[in-house]
Amino acid sequence: MPANRFNGHTDYGIGIGLRSPHYHHILTRKPVVDWFEIISENFMIDGGRPLRILDQILEQYKVVQHGVSMYFGSAERPNREHLRRLKTLVQRTKTPWLSDHLCWGSVDGRYTHDLLPMPYTFEAARITAQKVREVRDFLEIPVAVENVSSYAEFHVSEMTEWEFLNEVVERADCGILLDVNNIYVSSQNHSFDPFTYINSVPAERVAQIHIAGHSKYRKYILDTHDHPVIDPVWRLYARAIERVGHTATLLEWDDSIPSFDEVHDEALKANRFLASASLAAAV
Amino acid sequence: MKLLSLQRRMARAVMTPLTRAERMRPVAPDGRSMRAAASAIIKPNDRLTSFERLEIYNRQYWFRVLSAFAEDFPGVRAVLGGRRFDAMAKAYLIDCPSQSFTLRNLGSRLVSWLQKHPSWAGSRQNLAVDMARLEWADIEAFDGLREPSLKPEDLTGVNPAKLRLHLQPYVSLLALRYPVDDLLLEVRKDSDDLDVASNTFSERHKRKRVAAVAQLKPSAIFLAVHRLDEDVYFRRLDREEFAILTALHAGKTLNAAIEAALRGSSIALADRAAHVEKWFHTWSALGWFCRLDSAPKRNSTASRR
Repeated sequence: MPANRFNGHTDYGIGIGLRSPHYHHILTRKPVVDWFEIISENFMIDGGRPLRILDQILEQYKVVQHGVSMYFGSAERPNREHLRRLKTLVQRTKTPWLSDHLCWGSVDGRYTHDLLPMPYTFEAARITAQKVREVRDFLEIPVAVENVSSYAEFHVSEMTEWEFLNEVVERADCGILLDVNNIYVSSQNHSFDPFTYINSVPAERVAQIHIAGHSKYRKYILDTHDHPVIDPVWRLYARAIERVGHTATLLEWDDSIPSFDEVHDEALKANRFLASASLAAAV
Repeated sequence: MKLLSLQRRMARAVMTPLTRAERMRPVAPDGRSMRAAASAIIKPNDRLTSFERLEIYNRQYWFRVLSAFAEDFPGVRAVLGGRRFDAMAKAYLIDCPSQSFTLRNLGSRLVSWLQKHPSWAGSRQNLAVDMARLEWADIEAFDGLREPSLKPEDLTGVNPAKLRLHLQPYVSLLALRYPVDDLLLEVRKDSDDLDVASNTFSERHKRKRVAAVAQLKPSAIFLAVHRLDEDVYFRRLDREEFAILTALHAGKTLNAAIEAALRGSSIALADRAAHVEKWFHTWSALGWFCRLDSAPKRNSTASRR
């Protein structure tokens, strides 16, 4: 949806992830970019250069926060220090919405720093939704949950991944950060039809879309964010845009990061799909 | 199976150390069968067994934390050598897994852990501990809090006998047995060169760095690790300078700190006032003191660079 309550009623275009190898280029050349996504944890600090650079970016660009360690799906309660620091950052960036992953990664106070897959059970959906609500209420901004790439499925699962996603977002009444690359990766790893997934997502809840590249191994695919987006993922993106309309889209490129222009050009390829969505909406 | 129980079982498996060949162990160090652990919770598919699917996460965990740890402690790596450092890193991360939402804090317990486990550094124990202290102070200085700095006018009418000055939270004071600041700068220079150099050039620098470590002799230094214009610096201090700053940091009044630091000093009595004035001028210019009404706090739950 172009603007909805899950993205703060904004109408953002195509963004890219703010990464340190590009800082100099961005601050000196001031390229035209619709918006940047930052990894919240990189700026949940007390001072120093990262915050100075962030403030310079904020003077000129729109910024949206994306987290990697809230672990909505962890059975334990949210870490209060994490929440406090996150809220401080939210007040600094004035991000219109905030996203993190539909996954878990910590237990008993120990962190794996990974995006571990959820068991798709009703108990997990209930616990996860409760945590999403708690975080949103504390931060006082819309929250969107992102589907992750996964390499394992659990015996205890009671539903498909997309059914689980729907169960969580309905219970939490939150938005979705739809990562079409993650859907593709998981569909290959678990042998399901990615279009069934895309077609099952409640379109009205999609706050943002992620696109990215990945690495293919002999028996599985890894979500590495170190390549351009492949055609099958663009086709999924096209279908997603067809369903949800002109939606804020972000290219993730986190490893073997090429030049700023190369990353931006790759992201701007999304324009051809967004343009047709705008045309369809106009007609 | 309840969510918490499943997550405990999976996390335990994911954090189990890898084999030397960086594969998942068939049997965990405590005797658990990893195949049974995987089969109990994870479905196989037409290409991968439960064990192989769990192994993807097990390997990713170790690759991630080991690479983050090595990135933060290149100096300790130079001191111990690559192979010993890698073994030490695994042992440390088994004993001290991350307890923070950010990888930035992964090495926060390395100094105390190394002190309790001297066998990892052997004859270079003191050198390794000194280097770990310096590298952790560097992380703290990089993104520590900066309180409003003290200005000369803030001291108008203040009684020095009662005045307590507080150091900026990002400043660390280190009394070290080895001149590890020089060594760390050399290691970093070497690392920067590697980005652009040919193999021959890199090899020459590597040998030079190894030689520097081998020849490093004990030589006590006093160091302030601090930040200026968002860059981190290592500033060597005189013994008396260090003593004054340490006393101030411990909460002593200005007069008491100066008096204690200069007791037994080799600086001639007639020269002491000039020295103190010069030191305070430098520290103030560097912004090391917080304004009197700023409540200093040290924090170590921030992000990685």
